[in-house]
Amino acid sequence: MAEVTNVLLVGVGGQGTLLAARILSGVLQEAGYDVKMSEVHGMSQRGGSVVTFVRYGHKVHSPLVEKGSAHLILAFEKLEALRWLPYLKANGTIVVNDLALLPAPVLMGKAKYPPNALDILEEKTGKLMVIDAAQVALKEAGNIRTQNVALLGALARNMDLEIETWEKVIRENVPPKTVEANLKAFAAGGKYQ
Amino acid sequence: MFLSGNEAIARGGYEYGASFAAAYPGTPSTEIIESIIPYEEIYAEWSTNEKVALEVGLGASLAGARVLVAMKHVGVNVAADPLFTAAYTGVNGGLVLVTADDPSMHSSQNEQDNRNIAPFAKIPMLEPSDSQEAKDLVGEGFKISEQFDTPVLVRITTRIAHGKGLVQCQRRQEAPRREYKKDAAKYNMLPAFARRKRVLIEERTAALREFSEGFSYNKIEWGPKEVGIITSGIGYQYAKEVFADSVSYLKLTLTWPLPEEKIRAFASQVKKLYVIEELDPYLETQIKALGIKVIGKELIPNMFELSADILREKILGEGLPQQGGEEGELDLPPRPPVLCAGCPHRGVFHVLKKMKVPVMGDIGCYGLAVPPPLEAVDSTVCMGASIGMAHGFQKASAWLGDARIAVGAIGDSTFFHSGMTGLADMVFNKGAGVVVVLDNRTTAMTGHQPHPGSGITAKGEATREIAIEDVVRGLGVEDVAVVDAYDLEAAEKAIRHALDYSGPSVVIFRRACALLKGLPQMPPLLVDEERCTKCHICLSTGCPALIHHPDKSVTIDANACTGCTICAQVCPFQAIVEVGGEVSG
Ligand SMILES: Cc1ncc(C[n+]2csc(CCOP(=O)(O)OP(=O)(O)O)c2C)c(N)n1
Repeated sequence: MAEVTNVLLVGVGGQGTLLAARILSGVLQEAGYDVKMSEVHGMSQRGGSVVTFVRYGHKVHSPLVEKGSAHLILAFEKLEALRWLPYLKANGTIVVNDLALLPAPVLMGKAKYPPNALDILEEKTGKLMVIDAAQVALKEAGNIRTQNVALLGALARNMDLEIETWEKVIRENVPPKTVEANLKAFAAGGKYQ
Repeated sequence: MFLSGNEAIARGGYEYGASFAAAYPGTPSTEIIESIIPYEEIYAEWSTNEKVALEVGLGASLAGARVLVAMKHVGVNVAADPLFTAAYTGVNGGLVLVTADDPSMHSSQNEQDNRNIAPFAKIPMLEPSDSQEAKDLVGEGFKISEQFDTPVLVRITTRIAHGKGLVQCQRRQEAPRREYKKDAAKYNMLPAFARRKRVLIEERTAALREFSEGFSYNKIEWGPKEVGIITSGIGYQYAKEVFADSVSYLKLTLTWPLPEEKIRAFASQVKKLYVIEELDPYLETQIKALGIKVIGKELIPNMFELSADILREKILGEGLPQQGGEEGELDLPPRPPVLCAGCPHRGVFHVLKKMKVPVMGDIGCYGLAVPPPLEAVDSTVCMGASIGMAHGFQKASAWLGDARIAVGAIGDSTFFHSGMTGLADMVFNKGAGVVVVLDNRTTAMTGHQPHPGSGITAKGEATREIAIEDVVRGLGVEDVAVVDAYDLEAAEKAIRHALDYSGPSVVIFRRACALLKGLPQMPPLLVDEERCTKCHICLSTGCPALIHHPDKSVTIDANACTGCTICAQVCPFQAIVEVGGEVSG
């Protein structure tokens, strides 16, 4: 069977996962891959859990990533990283934003946010990379809204794609006034330790 | 281009010469019209509801335009009446109706397999399996529609609608306007004419079946002949994912009427035959009726979405290795969608809950008032149901000897969609129900499409804004109030009055959806720690800007807070205040 690579972008409605997925898909197309991207719209604006599947290879059929088959998960939030963990492949990589967004049941005091999310991730995954995207966006790029692109920078480090291609696609997809900030965020996200 | 199925359908409309499009929004179909709106060559409108959209589309077809009409699966129920007779009148300009089904009910109140509509209404149906086909089949649909004089159904599902893939695009080909000719026997379905048409439909179906045999999208992909798979739509992609080139495929795309000879020929060449399809045994039943032995729903579930995993497990008996553990192994808090901070629905439902009246709900964002903490809604069925149900509830209660009054709670877009007829019924039949209209100035749930009360068209032109209070009065309701949804005291007073009033009452709660752009900014609130007794009454509003801390204190997320003051109004201790000041009542 032809090799297909599976990526999950997970987060909370309103975090910019969609733009990130669009940029990733654009880079993959530029690199000559067949790409499918799938998401479910509807209630995403109402603060629910959101996931976008991106699959690429010579020829992609199903738009869905199955459980246990994601090579990479880019998590915009820690609880969402845990939620989608069953999708990760053995030895898969997870890039996680060091951010906790409290879901409604936690805000109302009806449930507890897992206090040791990063430890669980560390224990359960082959390769874990933690990045504080807000810090990168603010300190390095000077624009808090570049968090999603900072995360892409960290993702890019785990993918074999030309940096120039990433930069080109970012340029084409972000508002013109924020191009510089986004490119800075992308570079800094890629160097984050 | 990298397009979702919905964007591809819009593009198909553009490339294949559509000049007219109409729809009512509904997930997962909404982006079809949203993506058509920017094309200057195509007139596009948000119609009041799906029945109207199809009727508008049929009229445009008569006038000679190529027409695209789109709706979600339940929308076709609403449009079924014109659809089933448009099958008789046929068309002038090509008419394609897209039904976007939602297996697994990601954003729907039920699951229905609208492939069943095609044989039921006797209209041909096309099922794309990716974005490229979604675009191309709009063109094929127009051709079939014009050649066979029939509306054509294009049936997609959520994964086709919202899945993006690469699409080869081309330039627009103008479709010359087809001249309208008056033809009484064609367009007037009076019984005598309809009986004649009824016979012609059978002839048309036979001709379409013949066409289906040679239709290039109904295609056999030969591989080893031990196993053959008959499939359509997204099922094809899952099958290819699992079986790749190890089996033979008959991929059906014109799935009504089916190419029976092609199916027979394929079946006779393979040893073991599977039918792989999501939801109902639609293909399976028809193939079995041909006397062909197939394996289908005894293995593959007839509900919820299909996936490659399910096929692997059910047909091959395999599972995938799992790295991160089983789902549900970690006890994680769910992250359900909630009414947004500043949502004008929140306060109204808070009051309704407090008043302990049965609330017949409707379809819209206010569905989020069903779960805790609001738990203010008793029923949610379909668009418009709130008013009829509230009337029936009140009438039956009176008939059976008590004075229970139910409140029907309906959104503004839903009121125009299908609330007005229910209200006329309540007035006509001397009801005493109460209707609460949640007028947030938009169709919020599906992404803020304008409606007849918004004062703006799909294309962004200013238009007459129909005032709901005028409609309501026009329908004969005498007890009408318009109240600010952010004013809880006024809300309670108005609802109480309406409940006491002997005839039908309508209370319109007017306040724009907090997500709309350009609203006046109000300062965020904060909790005065000195006054806060940690009673948590504020949390009963379910506002996501309120943060409950492990030490039981509550604070307000200033970035999320819109300053709507609902929490301040429910606080018995005046502990929620404006930054640097008090909040007045
Ligand atoms: C027949 C039908 N058409 C469309 C939909 C999709 N849909 C669900 S809610 C909704 C809009 C509700 O708008 P409104 O009543 O104004 O409430 P809001 O979401 O703004 O609170 C639509 C179009 C549906 N469920 N059923």
